[in-house]
Amino acid sequence: MNGNKFYPGIFPGLAFGIAVLCSPSSADAHLVTTGMGPVYDGIGHFLLTPEDLVPVLALAIYAGLRGADSGRRAMFLLPLAWFIGGLAGSVVNVTVSIPIAAISFLILGGLVAADFCLPAAVVTGLAIVLGGVHGFLNGAALKESAGMIGLMGIMLMVFVVVTVVSAFVISLKRPWERIVARVAGSWIAAVGLLMIGWAVR
Amino acid sequence: MIQINLWKLQMLFPALTAFVLLSPSQALAHIEQGQAIGFITGLHHPWSGLDHVLAMIAVGIWGAQLGNPAIWLLPVIFPIVMSLGAMMGLLGIPLPGIEIGIALSGILLGAMVLGEVRPKIIVAALMVGFFAIFHGHAHGTELPAGQSGLLYSMGFVIATGFLHGIGITIGLIHRWPQGRLALRGVGAFISFMGVTFLWRALA
Repeated sequence: MNGNKFYPGIFPGLAFGIAVLCSPSSADAHLVTTGMGPVYDGIGHFLLTPEDLVPVLALAIYAGLRGADSGRRAMFLLPLAWFIGGLAGSVVNVTVSIPIAAISFLILGGLVAADFCLPAAVVTGLAIVLGGVHGFLNGAALKESAGMIGLMGIMLMVFVVVTVVSAFVISLKRPWERIVARVAGSWIAAVGLLMIGWAVR
Repeated sequence: MIQINLWKLQMLFPALTAFVLLSPSQALAHIEQGQAIGFITGLHHPWSGLDHVLAMIAVGIWGAQLGNPAIWLLPVIFPIVMSLGAMMGLLGIPLPGIEIGIALSGILLGAMVLGEVRPKIIVAALMVGFFAIFHGHAHGTELPAGQSGLLYSMGFVIATGFLHGIGITIGLIHRWPQGRLALRGVGAFISFMGVTFLWRALA
């Protein structure tokens, strides 16, 4: 952008991610048990946990609004980052209790609502940070139950959700259809604001 | 679409990092208690107060009368600013005259529909946002004990959005002359109800 050969958004984004991961305290995480094995436990956990599901939906919508290139990046990088974050969470005894989900809701919902025209590289960064942080929390939650297999179930479901949702949003061509997506983003951001209020209280 | 400077975006990350590092602990995320009932309670809550219902519908109708971009901008602004108002309530920031503000929202938004007033979009947005703070402060903080704050918030915001949607749907009759007249009648009704709310608030 101004001669800097590194991408300008990467380092501040990484600093933010590291700050999130290093914030100490307890997570009190849980796991949904389906009775059908660890893969389905992971899938069930993801689908029944709005703290994880909604930010993924928001990123998928945003990537879809930004076009096929961003959609493809999110489709592959988010599940991968989720898995790597999960691996880290399963071996590192650091837990997080800051309102991660609320922050994810607010940032991603706000981006969708405003339809900010950011380059695909930023979507890449968002996918990596979102996947890394939420995956880390999932890894910590799963290490004493479904473990890596459960994490793979989550990764699979993240891939499916991002693929389906971003492809659907890319297919929206009429202006009002994109507005519907943006309204959904505003709702997600509004919920994020409320969650921050609950967390602070 | 909005073009923004990447370096300005970069300024956001240090602020977020500071927020994360300074945030209090004990969020108790992931505890599964009262999940479904929290969502249902949140979904139900906006319908429980006629003042809230009428104001949301008035926002939708007014947006439909104003057309693009107000038809989508006003219902986008309202939930976000309403959440800000709720956050103020959750943080214990007092807001004087909440009931009066809510009653005035009914009177003025109804009057806008009645008069089919067409201000600049920024004025309409500021007006809707101003009243949203009162509605959020009053209604967004009433989480029953033991219920999920996240799902209550989701239900609350979705229900508010649906109320806007009802208003927009009603407002679609604006394309016919009789429809315009009917909408003005709805605006008069909402305004009148706002007066009764104000009467109650002041009594």
